[in-house]
Amino acid sequence: MNQIICFCISLSALFFFPAAVAGEATTEQEAMHVLNRLAYGPRPGDLERVMQMGTDRYIEQQLHPENLALPDSLQKKLSGLNYANQKAGDVLFEYRKILGQTKDESEQAQKERRELIGKIVEETSEARLWRAIESPRQLEEIMVDFWFNHFNVFIGKGIDRALIASYERDAIRPYVFGNFRDLLAATAKHPAMLFYLDNWLSTSADYQPGLKRFGNQGAKQKSNGLNENYARELMELHTLGVDGGYTQKDVTELARMLTGWTFDQKANRQGRDLQFVFDNSRHDQGTKQWLGKTIPPNGKAEGEFALTILAMHPATARHLSYKLAQYFVHDQPPSSLVEQLSNRYLSTNGNIRAVLQTLFASEEFRNADVIGAKYKTPYRFIISAMRASEAPDDNIRPLLGSMAQLGMPLFGSQTPDGYKYTEQAWLNPDALSRRINFATALATGRLPLNQQIESGEKMGKMQVEKQANNNDKRQFMPTVKSEALLTTLSPMISAKTRQVVENNPEALRAALILGSPDFMQH
Amino acid sequence: MKRRNFLSSMLAGSGLLLPVSPHIWAATAEQATQKKLIVIMLRGAVDGLNVVAPYGDSEYAHLRPTIALGKPGQENGVIDLDGYFGLHPALADLQTLWNEKKIAFIHSSGSPDTTRSHFDAQDYMESATPGKKSTQDGWMNRVLAGLPGVSTPTRAISIGAVMPRILSGPAIASNIASGAAGTKANVLDKPQIGNAFEQLYQGNQKYAKSYDDAREAHQEMMTASMQNEQQVANGGAPLPNGFPDDSSRVATLMRNDPRIQMVFMALGGWDTHANQGSAKGQLANRLAPLGLGLANLSQRLGPMFDDTSIVVMSEFGRTVKQNGNGGTDHGHGNVMWVLGGKVSGGKVYGDWRGLQSDQLYEGRDLAVTTDFRSVLSQICERHLGLNDQQLLKVFPGQTRLQAGFRFI
Repeated sequence: MNQIICFCISLSALFFFPAAVAGEATTEQEAMHVLNRLAYGPRPGDLERVMQMGTDRYIEQQLHPENLALPDSLQKKLSGLNYANQKAGDVLFEYRKILGQTKDESEQAQKERRELIGKIVEETSEARLWRAIESPRQLEEIMVDFWFNHFNVFIGKGIDRALIASYERDAIRPYVFGNFRDLLAATAKHPAMLFYLDNWLSTSADYQPGLKRFGNQGAKQKSNGLNENYARELMELHTLGVDGGYTQKDVTELARMLTGWTFDQKANRQGRDLQFVFDNSRHDQGTKQWLGKTIPPNGKAEGEFALTILAMHPATARHLSYKLAQYFVHDQPPSSLVEQLSNRYLSTNGNIRAVLQTLFASEEFRNADVIGAKYKTPYRFIISAMRASEAPDDNIRPLLGSMAQLGMPLFGSQTPDGYKYTEQAWLNPDALSRRINFATALATGRLPLNQQIESGEKMGKMQVEKQANNNDKRQFMPTVKSEALLTTLSPMISAKTRQVVENNPEALRAALILGSPDFMQH
Repeated sequence: MKRRNFLSSMLAGSGLLLPVSPHIWAATAEQATQKKLIVIMLRGAVDGLNVVAPYGDSEYAHLRPTIALGKPGQENGVIDLDGYFGLHPALADLQTLWNEKKIAFIHSSGSPDTTRSHFDAQDYMESATPGKKSTQDGWMNRVLAGLPGVSTPTRAISIGAVMPRILSGPAIASNIASGAAGTKANVLDKPQIGNAFEQLYQGNQKYAKSYDDAREAHQEMMTASMQNEQQVANGGAPLPNGFPDDSSRVATLMRNDPRIQMVFMALGGWDTHANQGSAKGQLANRLAPLGLGLANLSQRLGPMFDDTSIVVMSEFGRTVKQNGNGGTDHGHGNVMWVLGGKVSGGKVYGDWRGLQSDQLYEGRDLAVTTDFRSVLSQICERHLGLNDQQLLKVFPGQTRLQAGFRFI
């Protein structure tokens, strides 16, 4: 009995870690590895392309996305978006206008409200998912998701619904390969973050504005004192890390330094954009003691100084390096790599592209043992399935619904720490069946990805539940062809999986591939 | 080999004269899982001082000029508990349980670790090893390991799409989706599809266990929920969404499947840094469905409530003084809630030292005078029957933590 068990384990090790057994990855496996880590997996033809150009050139190309043109079809889809391309102030203006009509409780008015919010959220999601699925600048999309998640804001909190498209477009996307200090400042000053972590309300203790009316739900927001929320997360999550050596006193003092960092609250007229402002009247004019330093009163410059200190702090270098190494290499990243990245970060003044260059060139990243060693997050699982099967994505609602069902709703992490990227966070019994359910629905053409079958505010959740419950047997799209899929994914798919696929009818084959253990990992 | 068959054959081969008929098997299993534990975690740090408000302390209203709850009888006042503490009026659904002495509160309780990070504090509360991040498993999983009898995948379940830290570990636990989808048929119930995937996952080093657990848990849930649907239909009214819905569903599942012994649920949205309101508002809007859900749960468990303990806890409390925005920032001590048929309720327990600034932790937060682990430990000991040795495994330390009072 014991022998049989041993034999099974070694056999499955052979199937799933062929590279580990062989000691060295083949060129094909290396190409697949970079597609699985620098991209959301291959689309048809990608594997050959990367093998032809070589992995080093592919990496270099991905690190300089400005040289990669977006296909016309994608450009056209993106430019057709309305809210996702508007200025934050304009979207907020419409959002507040329609929410302000609360007196009208008619069904029609309520429906209009829901539809507007639904439309804003849907377009924000389309701008993200269409690129993630179709853009040749895959690493850029990965970094957009990574940094958004690092500087997470929640789409369910008040006006952030209307601001997230701008947050991603204006505060995250331009900086994903740039200097970390710039990225940090862009998030610190974006209204979506100022609102989400309450800093827009934080004032010196003696500030007495009286009651300010704030558009959203007509709620009265009283601002006459400190709010620690952003200052704490700025150090705990965005920079130093929870073990970065700061105290409660440092949190309070940093909050004082950041008082007055808010946004232009009168910017609700169309044409006037919603901007960061420093309101000196709200600023705490006292001297602060922060991280062992005496900070003399200096207005907005205090906060700018804090961002600079935090961005270049060795604890920040370590914290970010750990997260990047965990994301790209292994759930338990080797400390040698974290140290190497950390050094690179500090020596380049926080240059993200340089750190990534070091990461992708490292032995740790190229080590055959880490191939396939990461468990996909629900987001990656869905995007990679869409790419591999080249399914249409005109209607993203089933994708949004599936992400929510798998516990990872897009822009839906309520807490500022964002989502985790580890196997421990996502591997659980329920999730596996649900992934298989999604894979089967996608492969058998039962997800209406090419057409919207429901109008209005429903974000696809019902549709996915119908599929999950097996009630909706309609086929909307052609089935995914297993042969093409096997070619696209070739080195990822084990001999055992191929065998099971072959033993089953074509109608089931693509579902088995996309729902296989092999496709759960990357 | 299926786990249950394996266990049956173990029993058969062990020389014990146990007849392996399903009926008898069920009876013994039922006995082993008779005592139930439900843990509800309020993620984001609920403001315990506005859940069980010390209205009798003059500092309370003074430090919270716009968010303090009024005294009993006043407009927007608390529901009086004992002449000093009062319950948030949005929790009125719990009043009956209080009157029946089926609910107790432990105030000024929490973690000895003083972190004000949500994520670390939640982690510590789930691992029950404050200050130690390297702990791999959650304390509910360790409880599971210590319980006698046969464990099936549904012995411990979590409601939600991900497996929480508290239930992670070597012992088998399952998670089911929130809402109706959690107990509906899925694509793997079609024999042809199910068989094909079974072949794919069989023997897989990484995922076979999750796959098998999912299938087995799903079968059990399906069986339990089919009866559930009938009962709901008999009851007539559709269930409301959210926590009251899920808690009612859990009660029905538990009644229909006696193998379910431990349940974990989490609710978010308690991080009220701004505009939290007092008797009405943001916090009240979160508390109302929680109170209703707990009342539903107690009621729908029926006679099983007598054998059930329900704990409500949150990672830390919030500042005693309200902040500049009608909210509260991260604090320290909080209040734990314990409900159950055998709870010595109708009482607010704990070493309460008042809100004078010299009594506060770092001059700003409610002190922690009762370690949350000593509360959990008392439940595990007196309710689940764990012995000293087992308790030390669940709550590791030099000695057993004991609360200075007995609430169960």
